[in-house]
Amino acid sequence: MRVSAGRWLGDSPVGTGLIWGAVAVFVALAGMVEAFAERRIIAGVVALGPALPFLAALGAGYHAARRAGGRGALAVLGRGVGAGAATGLAVAGLVAAGGVLNLRAVFVNASPALFSLLSLGLGPAGGFLPILVGAAVGMGGAASSLVSDRARRPVVTGLVAVLVIGLFQEMLQLMLAEGWIQSALRELLFAPDALSRAGSVVVFFVAAGASAAWTYRGERVRQQLMRVPPPQRRLLKLLGLGVGLAVMLVVPLVAGPFLSHVLVLVGLYVLMGLGLNLEVGYAGLLDLGFVAFFAIGAYTVGLLTSTGGLGVAQLSFWAAVPIAVLVSLAAGVILGVPVLRIRGDYLAIATLGFGEIVRLLVLSDFLRPWLGGSQGLLTIPKPSIGGFELRGPEHLFYLTLASSALVAFVAARLRDSRLGRAWMAVREDEDVAEAMGINLVNVKLLAYGLGAAFAGVGGAIFAVMLGSVFPHSFQLLISINVLALIIVGGMGSMPGVVVGSLFLVGLPELLREFADFRFLVYGAALVLMMQLRPEGLWPTAAIRRELHAGEEMGASRQGAWATTRHPG
Amino acid sequence: MSRGDPLGSSPSHLERPARRSWVEKLEFVSLFLWAFRVAVILVVIVGTYGTVSAGQYPGPVWADLVVFGLAQGSVYALIALGYTMVYGVLGMINFAHGEVFMSGAYTAYFVADALARSGSLDRHPLWSLLVVAVVSMATSTAVAVLLERVAYRPLRHAPRLVPLIAAIGASFFLQYAFRGLYGSGFKAYPEVAVLKGEWVLAGIRILRTQAVVLVASVLMMLGLYVFVMRSKVGTAMRAVSEDREVAALMGVDVNRVVVVTFAVGAAMAGAAGVLYALVFKQVHFFMGFVPGIKAFTAAVLGGIGNIPGAMLGGLFLGIVESVGPILFLDGLGIVAPYQLKDVIAFTMLVMVLIFRPSGILGERLTVKKA
Repeated sequence: MRVSAGRWLGDSPVGTGLIWGAVAVFVALAGMVEAFAERRIIAGVVALGPALPFLAALGAGYHAARRAGGRGALAVLGRGVGAGAATGLAVAGLVAAGGVLNLRAVFVNASPALFSLLSLGLGPAGGFLPILVGAAVGMGGAASSLVSDRARRPVVTGLVAVLVIGLFQEMLQLMLAEGWIQSALRELLFAPDALSRAGSVVVFFVAAGASAAWTYRGERVRQQLMRVPPPQRRLLKLLGLGVGLAVMLVVPLVAGPFLSHVLVLVGLYVLMGLGLNLEVGYAGLLDLGFVAFFAIGAYTVGLLTSTGGLGVAQLSFWAAVPIAVLVSLAAGVILGVPVLRIRGDYLAIATLGFGEIVRLLVLSDFLRPWLGGSQGLLTIPKPSIGGFELRGPEHLFYLTLASSALVAFVAARLRDSRLGRAWMAVREDEDVAEAMGINLVNVKLLAYGLGAAFAGVGGAIFAVMLGSVFPHSFQLLISINVLALIIVGGMGSMPGVVVGSLFLVGLPELLREFADFRFLVYGAALVLMMQLRPEGLWPTAAIRRELHAGEEMGASRQGAWATTRHPG
Repeated sequence: MSRGDPLGSSPSHLERPARRSWVEKLEFVSLFLWAFRVAVILVVIVGTYGTVSAGQYPGPVWADLVVFGLAQGSVYALIALGYTMVYGVLGMINFAHGEVFMSGAYTAYFVADALARSGSLDRHPLWSLLVVAVVSMATSTAVAVLLERVAYRPLRHAPRLVPLIAAIGASFFLQYAFRGLYGSGFKAYPEVAVLKGEWVLAGIRILRTQAVVLVASVLMMLGLYVFVMRSKVGTAMRAVSEDREVAALMGVDVNRVVVVTFAVGAAMAGAAGVLYALVFKQVHFFMGFVPGIKAFTAAVLGGIGNIPGAMLGGLFLGIVESVGPILFLDGLGIVAPYQLKDVIAFTMLVMVLIFRPSGILGERLTVKKA
């Protein structure tokens, strides 16, 4: 039997290590190592950038150990060392190649600074260093696969906590700027631009301790919660909701303008996500032109309220929003009618076409006298309540929060209504749904229209947030962004939309260097999510069941395939 | 999940049985669709009449536009082959195919640039261009095979939205991966001295680059056609696209056929990348996206899964896109009609998907799956 190259690469520890090494080399050449080099995590010990290739070594060690299949601990560790060293070898190979060839002629990021970072400051002479470090880290990865889940979880939690707090130290330090308790805490944990060494130890043990406590006690707490009779449980739930709301209300006061701005953006994406969720998550209609409705909401508010030359009515924001919502809803229905008969992947492409047509028309000189072409609409006034102007991001945050809460409420009621069940029936099987007496035309058009209306609310707030509207704000990438956050959060799941927005919109805004790699990571996240966890981070029960049923069927089919294939 | 309905476009469920009277048939949706059709046809007719009666553009301008459209369309056709072949074999839209095209052209830029600097691009233009083309095709092929292995193969039996979303993700991953590797700026492809200037053929002026693009793509398409129709792998490919399970029972190694399909489609896209660079003279990490969508339009236009259809669709789309803005829109008094050429292409895409998803030549290869 012929052993294919793929099988060899996948099975031997060196092969595994080299695959991960290729990932590490790619990450380095794509510029991530250098971009994150200044993002220190623990002062004087480790920064995010140079650590990235060795995270690959960790993955390689763990991966190789997982494939060891019932060998002794020593053999497993050995495989980890081999895999980690192979990853390091790939990195060292890159450093060596960088010393000989002028890689920079092709790869813009292959600078001397990069090679210095990769060889941990030693330059070409230190090429052996990545191999050693890789081997050590790989052994760590292999070791982590040997210990039990209960022992591993606190350690992982502690490390993740150090990583997260280190990454966001700047923001946390700002929040801890005032008050003597806060500054004492800050002194304890942080050095000027990173966690201090002592601080990282504290964070690690606190997080690990909490995780361990939850591992040992959590089950009992959960059981006690389950024993609480339903009326009180409902009360508890309401209480939790109230506490959450109260926290949300004080956030902008604590967080300051920058964080509030980020939260407003997250809120806008939550609004769009909830809208697209009606289409993709509930009704199963994959819409890649969704940004068009966001744009229509923004342009409607812009045209109706602008005090500039293109403004038509100079209405107040509050009068313009309902009109914007109606216009978006109508646009959703109008663009929905032609695509009623299209299904699945063709629907995605057709809606993408519509989205691009809207953008190109708005951008064109043809409609410039009305929509301002590439210069857009300017001088959109801020909304005000009884003479109080909602000016800064802190104020807009409340507006976004209120509209998100309202929209989420509407979405939840829709989901549990007759219409919501009809959507889900259409998602599961259009033909059967129609046979059951569901009017496909009405149901689908309502999904398009209501989804578009939600996006229109987001667009309206977006317009007043910027004070102007440009066609360049409405790229296809926004649609992809919204789709990605729904998928990552979990299709059809409303908490998933919030989680997805926080992860995909909030995090990249906070990590400024991240901006360049945003779509790289989104793309990888979509591919990986589809393979590892197609139901998303916070899935609904129905989707989880459906996808796992699919998997089982796929697995059995795969089995059938294997028997029909030629050996070798 | 629904391999039984690969197009998702099986006969409309909205149409009522034929015995209803015509008044009942004029329901809201059909009325709307008819209005859409009539509006587009009116724009085309009135615009064409306006332009022709104004007589602003002499014959040679139209000839230039048609020739340019043919050159552009043949590039679309080459890319469209990848879409159509993958759809035929797997029933999925390889949304990242435009990026496969970009990866080849962008990588080959560095070879072309090096050859131009050393002077061999001017001394041995044929050999140098062949080297550039081979590098481009090899890169595209490598990217596509990797893509298939990493992103698509594990999802072959997943519900149908799953591979599409993975493909969208892969598309953005590839764009930004190449942006990270090669930088975000436009790169100017070197010009080939021999290909500057023009030839005049039967009174029609044709730029030399355009002639090369046309001839090369026609040759490649012929080669592909012979490969698919005559070679053993090509036969296996057609067998898999007819019915994957039965082909496997007959001893066809389906995985291998899928890989070959991706590889051949990608090689065509890589070649298209070099031809595209010859015409447009610059490359960029985002360059694959719009041609990708347009090539997909071409594939659907010709009937997805159908190889001659993709060629025909590509040429047709190229000509409409090149002639259309002036012929249809200028006559309506629209300023700067050329800005709207993509609107024409996307409108065609949407119209084909709505009104004739089986394309001009039907979908011979996939129809059996229904």
